Amino acid sequence: MNLGGGETVKSMSMPNSSVSWKSGDGVTDQFPAGLRVLVVDDDPTCLMILEKMLRNCLYEVTKCNRAEIALSLLRENKNGFDIVISDVHMPDMDGFKLLECVGLEMDLPVIMMSADDGKNVVMKGVTHGACDYLIKPVRIEALKNIWQHVVRRKKHEWKDFEQTGSVEDGERQQKPPEDADYSSSANEGNWRNSKKRKDEEEEAEERDDTSTLKKPRVVWSVELHQQFVAAVNQLGIDKAVPKKILELMNVPGLTRENVASHLQKYRLYLRRISGVSQHQSGFNNSFMGPSDATFGSISSLSGLDMQLPAQSLATLQAAVLGRSTTKSSISMPLVDQRNLFSFETPKPRFGEGQQQQLSNNSKQINLLHGIPTNMEPKQLANLHQSAQSFGGMNMQVNSHGSQSNSLLVQMAQPESRSQMLNEINGSHRIQSSMGQPIMSNGCASGVLARNGMANNARGTLYNPLSQASSVLDFSVNHGTDLPGSSFPIGGNAGISSLPSKEMLHEDVISETKGTRGFLPSYDVLSELHQQKSQVWGSQNVGLTYETSHHANMRGSCDVSPSVIVQQGFSSIQNNGQNRSAMGKAVFSSGQESAHGNVPNISQQPNTFLLDNLLMVKAERFPDASYHNTIFAEQLGQEDLMSVFLKQQGDTGSVESEFGFDGHHLDNLPV
Amino acid sequence: MEGVIQLQRQLVEYRTSLYNEGFLDDQFIQLQQLQDESNPDFVVEVVSLFFEDSQRLLNELTKALHQQSSDFKRLDAHVHQLKGSSSSIGAQRVQKVCIAFRHYCDEQNTEG
Repeated sequence: MNLGGGETVKSMSMPNSSVSWKSGDGVTDQFPAGLRVLVVDDDPTCLMILEKMLRNCLYEVTKCNRAEIALSLLRENKNGFDIVISDVHMPDMDGFKLLECVGLEMDLPVIMMSADDGKNVVMKGVTHGACDYLIKPVRIEALKNIWQHVVRRKKHEWKDFEQTGSVEDGERQQKPPEDADYSSSANEGNWRNSKKRKDEEEEAEERDDTSTLKKPRVVWSVELHQQFVAAVNQLGIDKAVPKKILELMNVPGLTRENVASHLQKYRLYLRRISGVSQHQSGFNNSFMGPSDATFGSISSLSGLDMQLPAQSLATLQAAVLGRSTTKSSISMPLVDQRNLFSFETPKPRFGEGQQQQLSNNSKQINLLHGIPTNMEPKQLANLHQSAQSFGGMNMQVNSHGSQSNSLLVQMAQPESRSQMLNEINGSHRIQSSMGQPIMSNGCASGVLARNGMANNARGTLYNPLSQASSVLDFSVNHGTDLPGSSFPIGGNAGISSLPSKEMLHEDVISETKGTRGFLPSYDVLSELHQQKSQVWGSQNVGLTYETSHHANMRGSCDVSPSVIVQQGFSSIQNNGQNRSAMGKAVFSSGQESAHGNVPNISQQPNTFLLDNLLMVKAERFPDASYHNTIFAEQLGQEDLMSVFLKQQGDTGSVESEFGFDGHHLDNLPV
Repeated sequence: MEGVIQLQRQLVEYRTSLYNEGFLDDQFIQLQQLQDESNPDFVVEVVSLFFEDSQRLLNELTKALHQQSSDFKRLDAHVHQLKGSSSSIGAQRVQKVCIAFRHYCDEQNTEG
């Protein structure tokens, strides 16, 4: 028989079942078979070989040669796959970004593979959360064992369940036995389900119910994530224990284990972000706040946000957490709204609450007025941080953000994908462009916030960004009257708005630039909010820094961008990367001019960003479609461009776009 | 029939010699093992796919090399891809050459 299909066959006929049982030990015979594997590789030869090998192992294989397609497949079908195998080097998206994204969004085990066996590459895979790394040429023996990763992960989930007293606990543990079930009900292709429980009905329930305990895999929607972030922020990132978080969240059906594993990821994300810059963490908080308007934590942030602008970018970055120092003057008004900016306040934690704030920040517009310049950097920083921390969480938060009229809200837009990226980018951007920490922070946060908002799904990362963007937007909005919280685009709008504002403020200008750059990049990320275009058009003031920034941005952009970018990638993968890259560049340039150092973004394609930023900025503003314009011009770097383009261009279609990759910078509205 | 058998024998000999000379390696054997009744032309398909893909890559490489200042990073990326493909199907010699090529790229050695 042809067991290509794996599961279904077995139960059917003797020969099949015998095949499945061939493994010898009755318990798990069926189990590995029927495993639903998704293979992603740009090399068609390799793809075909892998597919054949996997079929031989009796797995169910789906192959695709582009990461974006893979992501959309995974998103459409949340429980459609059990494990993902991805190549490291791919033209459209970095394998690691995809890896992070999948890990955060869908919590699926991901195996990386490459002909490259350098230690640092393998290490990278490990740090990004890959559960295994295979060296090409891949041997069939290696593939035969990949099911262990699935089992392991499930076991963790189940264990959580058990502890929480979920019904299935007992059943879950018996995964192997379920295999047997699997064969009979394999058709579902949910051998997982069978594992979980012998009871088919239950399985169905579990499957359907994402948030219930039954379901081993909880889908962290944007709202859920925002709630999570808010809870964490409330408790304090250090004191946030799953149990308390769970209580605070009060979501029925959510188990402590779910929270614990999500918290782990979130922490990882935060660590990564904070590694980039302190600000970022600050942003995160802020982001989180804005997006989670509901959470209320934002309020605290908002205060901070305002401060950011005042603080001077540098401070922002550092102060991200507690930013309020620099620009408080302007930001103050904004701060309220900004909650988002609160990121700056040391709440790196879950920005969710912040995100809300960001969303709340829609009021941020106020910020724009006063702080426009200041806030932005901060926001950016915040955004970064928030974005980073959120990684995935923000996304959830982001959704909230979008609600608020201010840009932030926009960001939250469903662009979950972009959110993450956007946020990252946003933050990065902010940072880089800000040159002065403040700027970026503002922007970043704004952007992040925005992203968060927009990205509902992606939430975590984005939130910070959205926030940033919102921040940015506000400032910008005022000037240009941003389309309203258009942030959704991820802050691009925000950013752009900020830049515009900044122009007003002169010194802000440089910042705005950063922010602006940010926005554009954000746009890409945020996709969510196309609004960006609005912002920039008016403000383009930021453009000025482009020139100056280049030099600075690159250096300064350091970390943030890189961090963000990475983050972005994971989340958005497509868009994010570009954006972040762009964001960074933008920021860097912006910042540079302003302060001369954008601390964060340097890592990433600073040069890239700078160029992009400059270009983007100029372009962005005039065009609502930020994405396009920005990208087209500067981006020399494709990524940025696409990111921006997306952002800009996406005013409306943000969501779907993530795949910007090659977007269209050409549209840059310059 | 005779002719067919002879051809088959020749094929086997040719293949063995390829192995001996290091053109092909174990991976190719694995590839052959993958082939079965359900997919009788598997090896043929894969190899043709490889040819197409590598042809494209080689074209890119040629173009890049003819430029005034070759972009080594891009070259490296292309070669890396070729290396991956060739190793997947067991084209050992090609793979080895790719490795050497990459070293040259690292050193920015156009001549190499």
